[in-house]
Amino acid sequence: MSLIVPEGMSRRHFMQHMATSVAAVPGLQFLSHLQANAEVVKKKQKACILMWMGGGPPTIDIWDLKPGSKNGGEFKPINTAASGVQICEHMPETAKQFKNLSIVRSMSTREADHGRGRYFMHTAYVPNPTVIHPTFGSVVSHELGSKRPELEIPSFVSIDGGSESPGFLGMTNAPFVVGSNGDIRNAGGGEFDANRLNNRFAMLDVIESGFIGSKRGEAPQSHKDVYKRALNLMTSKQMEAFKVNKEDPKMLESYGNNAFGKGCLMARRLVEAGVPFIEVNLGGWDLHANVFDTLSNQRLPVLDKGIGALTADLTARGMIDDVVLVWMGEFARTPRINQDVGRDHWAASWSVMIGGGGLKNGQAVGATDKDGLSVEGQAYLPGDIWATVSHALGIPLDTVYTSKNGRPMKIANSGNPIKQLIG
Amino acid sequence: MVTVIRQSHAKRFLGTFAICAVTLGAAWFGSSWPAYADTKAESKSPAKASDAKKTEAKKTEPNKAEPNKTDKPDKKSVDTDKAAAEKNAPEKGAEEKAGAEKAPKSITLKEAFATGSSDVLIQFINEKVRQGWIENNIEPSPVADDGEWMRRVYLDIIGHVPPVEDVEAFIADKDKAKRTKVIDKLLDDPAYVRNWTTIWANLLVGRGAGNANMGGPQRRAALQKFLRESFAKNRPWDAVVRDLVSAEGRYDQNGAVNFLMAHLNDGAVPATAMTAKLFLGLQVQCTQCHNHPFNEWKQNQFWEYNSIFKQAREVTHQKYDEKTGRMVFDYAELVKQEAEGPVFFERRNGLMQVAYPRYEQYEIKPDADTNRRQEFAKLITQGERTQVADAMVNRMWGHFFGYGFTKPVDDMGPHNPASHPELLEKLSVEFVKAKYDQKQLIRWICNSEAYNLTSKMSPKNEVDNPANGERPKFTHMYVKSLSAEQLYDSLIIATNAHKSGRSNWEQAEQQRRMWMQQFVVAFGTDENDESTTFNGTIPQALMMMNGELVQNAISLEKGGYLRSVLEDKGGDDEKVKEMYMSTLSRVPTKKELMAAKMVIAGGNVQGLVPKEAKSAKASGGAKAGKGPKASKEANNAKEMADAMEMANAAKTANAAPKAAPVKTPYDGYQDLFWALLNSNEFIFNH
Repeated sequence: MSLIVPEGMSRRHFMQHMATSVAAVPGLQFLSHLQANAEVVKKKQKACILMWMGGGPPTIDIWDLKPGSKNGGEFKPINTAASGVQICEHMPETAKQFKNLSIVRSMSTREADHGRGRYFMHTAYVPNPTVIHPTFGSVVSHELGSKRPELEIPSFVSIDGGSESPGFLGMTNAPFVVGSNGDIRNAGGGEFDANRLNNRFAMLDVIESGFIGSKRGEAPQSHKDVYKRALNLMTSKQMEAFKVNKEDPKMLESYGNNAFGKGCLMARRLVEAGVPFIEVNLGGWDLHANVFDTLSNQRLPVLDKGIGALTADLTARGMIDDVVLVWMGEFARTPRINQDVGRDHWAASWSVMIGGGGLKNGQAVGATDKDGLSVEGQAYLPGDIWATVSHALGIPLDTVYTSKNGRPMKIANSGNPIKQLIG
Repeated sequence: MVTVIRQSHAKRFLGTFAICAVTLGAAWFGSSWPAYADTKAESKSPAKASDAKKTEAKKTEPNKAEPNKTDKPDKKSVDTDKAAAEKNAPEKGAEEKAGAEKAPKSITLKEAFATGSSDVLIQFINEKVRQGWIENNIEPSPVADDGEWMRRVYLDIIGHVPPVEDVEAFIADKDKAKRTKVIDKLLDDPAYVRNWTTIWANLLVGRGAGNANMGGPQRRAALQKFLRESFAKNRPWDAVVRDLVSAEGRYDQNGAVNFLMAHLNDGAVPATAMTAKLFLGLQVQCTQCHNHPFNEWKQNQFWEYNSIFKQAREVTHQKYDEKTGRMVFDYAELVKQEAEGPVFFERRNGLMQVAYPRYEQYEIKPDADTNRRQEFAKLITQGERTQVADAMVNRMWGHFFGYGFTKPVDDMGPHNPASHPELLEKLSVEFVKAKYDQKQLIRWICNSEAYNLTSKMSPKNEVDNPANGERPKFTHMYVKSLSAEQLYDSLIIATNAHKSGRSNWEQAEQQRRMWMQQFVVAFGTDENDESTTFNGTIPQALMMMNGELVQNAISLEKGGYLRSVLEDKGGDDEKVKEMYMSTLSRVPTKKELMAAKMVIAGGNVQGLVPKEAKSAKASGGAKAGKGPKASKEANNAKEMADAMEMANAAKTANAAPKAAPVKTPYDGYQDLFWALLNSNEFIFNH
């Protein structure tokens, strides 16, 4: 631990005492907000883990195979633990977990540019010059993080990737971006001198308050808020949650001892610490060429182990009904196989995987036609996925935000939870 | 008429996001964009609803929100109270309320502040900006004081804070034209070239390190060389753009090729999008798959642009490395391949279509002999008003004010009307007349009245807050975050490292790039797109609080800044003032001076630190002289004067749990300097 606590005194008490006795330098009170010695959260808390597949994964080769079609590709479907649901042969561990997983095979999302698709899938809104919509992790952070005062680390963590902006929800709901090795740069190793840290923050507060008071917009206040969070983090025991390498090597091995596996394992640790939204990134899906070799030799073994182990682990720990899993990229890839044996960008008909969270899992919702070119029946938008997640997390769907320019926006862009999944 | 357009525009945005089946009327187009209409006129005009056709978009999704109706007058950024949002629904928005009042009272404006430049265009700028103030019945903030303005203009033009002596000399200068003089001086400063090279290299190829096996770092260096030469000679911007779009040759012999070579993958889709965005200020990415939802751009237009790049091909040569036994990067080149005919693209209904190269109404011959990129480069830079000039003017204005005439600056077009269209047009036309002289453009902007105002808002212009999505009125300077590069360079200036000979710009450049990689996050696509976690994030705060960069900045090392301040003559007051000037370009307030002196005296615990804290340290030995930082500090301390050394020795002895903490007065100075560097005032350009 960093700030050393006098014996017989909780750190909270210590800090409060300190704050009140340094009235000579105003504004030190925020140090008193440090949540000290927070109980490790044991109660069941809702959370969402988003597995983000940067580049756009070919879902036709993973979740919605088309054997017999010219677009079908090289892989064969296999049965899963859910009757009637088949997925790719290179996903055997995941297939075993399908009692707790589902596929939505009828996404139709229109945006097939990386930047736009990434924005749309993360926020449920298409890009618009007049407002920046929050990525959904920021929404969950805003809704659930604020209700978890014992949480000292950020309520939205993004592992190995940057997610999107918190938009009008502000920097206090921004993704905290970390690497899957669990090292938090510059967070210190406990060599902080309490005296000096307090002196520094006392002086900082004098300068910052002066600047905030001079009325220059919201950014200066936001800077101060973020520093408070950084200090919270620096001095928190919950930082342990990031230390994924402290896991039993067997556990690490089961997740696949690679960046994505560690990310998934860290996500589980963070959920246990009370973090309501974690985004785990696996990139390299932009497979314009050589799609089948890359999938079978590189991407899918990593993906399969990660999803399989995470789902099994959450189930074994009794957490699976409280944690929603979402797997998606910014779009998927063309059913047509191009001349480089690759697939290009495609948003018209594709799949998202969802699971856990107490949803009615073990099913494939919706379908595409025999060549995978279009959705048959009702198509879904990202807002519908996020509405389903909101439902599972207990966030009311009539939640309305007012953007800074006064525009009301319903959560998940007024999407509707997918009926088959919520029962 | 104008009002009608603006209104339908607003509604349309609100009405449809995902469903984009809107075709807008021809009124959106034509040679000039809809003139700027102020918000009051918009909301009170009875004509606004008459044009029902143009608001169809809204009707397509009746369940979507009503526009501008639930705005609370004292709106906060986010309304967390769900009930409140509905409760307040019938209330009129702030803008509407303002609009409901009578015709604008005429506000009284003093004569425009003059920097000393006699250029007539500056007067035009001032008039057009003022017109917006009058129409919106808002008043400008006062002119920024010399220190505030100096800090700003240095950061904006040369990318770092001003050295103390420059600020002092400037304040002492009684010449009325001193601001103009500073602007001219900075435009001739070598750091100007470096700053704009950095800005454009980041825009053109991103901040990422690139693939070393493919020569990523070398390519970037070559591009920077091209940019450096261009900015040093102040080459006309149209010529630079033509080079970047049409360059051929080896990566190291013609650095301009490195822009396109970074984006030619995926059938040159990224190259198409980047070229349109950076040089034309157009975001056409979405039209690769479908027609633009908000305006007339059609899918085929994207592919017409794309076919410009059909003849561009990158060839990468590798060579055998005897040491490692592997093939390594040798060189890369951009060659013109003998391609002819159209490109093919797939419509949403699955039909394949063809697109031939063209720009606006000009067709480019699709044969193999015609050099498409050269033709395209000529077409986009010909004429008296060009999209290239518009885009550059808008970007530049945005660079200096934090907001351009459109937001974002590279998404121009009828769907996103400019805040000051006449000003944009005039600046663009004059920029072309001035042979695309970038320095001249900067002079016009920096000598304008608006650029010289303080960033403090006044009660009369609080509504002018573009962070809320309003269109900027430029009644005061908007606060901007320092870029990672600006921060890094400012730390060097603020700690005088540029003078000590410890660090030259070349080294700094490399160190800076290495340091910056910690904030670059790749998106995992083929397009090498990336985001930065730099601005306003927890990692940034942690870096500033505990990172090596700031640790070094506040070290007491011999020849270092802090030590030289301590060794200078003068009492605490002078030392504190010096530290404020070097970081914030101003002197401390009385309150700050008092607090600073208390922090300096921190070691003696003069009411600042309570007993508990002391005992905390004593009992735990929090610092305890262990860990690399502590020992490094101890090393530095050894070089200090005798008294200091003794004090530090005592501190190290503190490792023993029971030893009383002995502080040196220097700790307090370090803590003060730490606080200054970590402050919002330092990290923002205001």
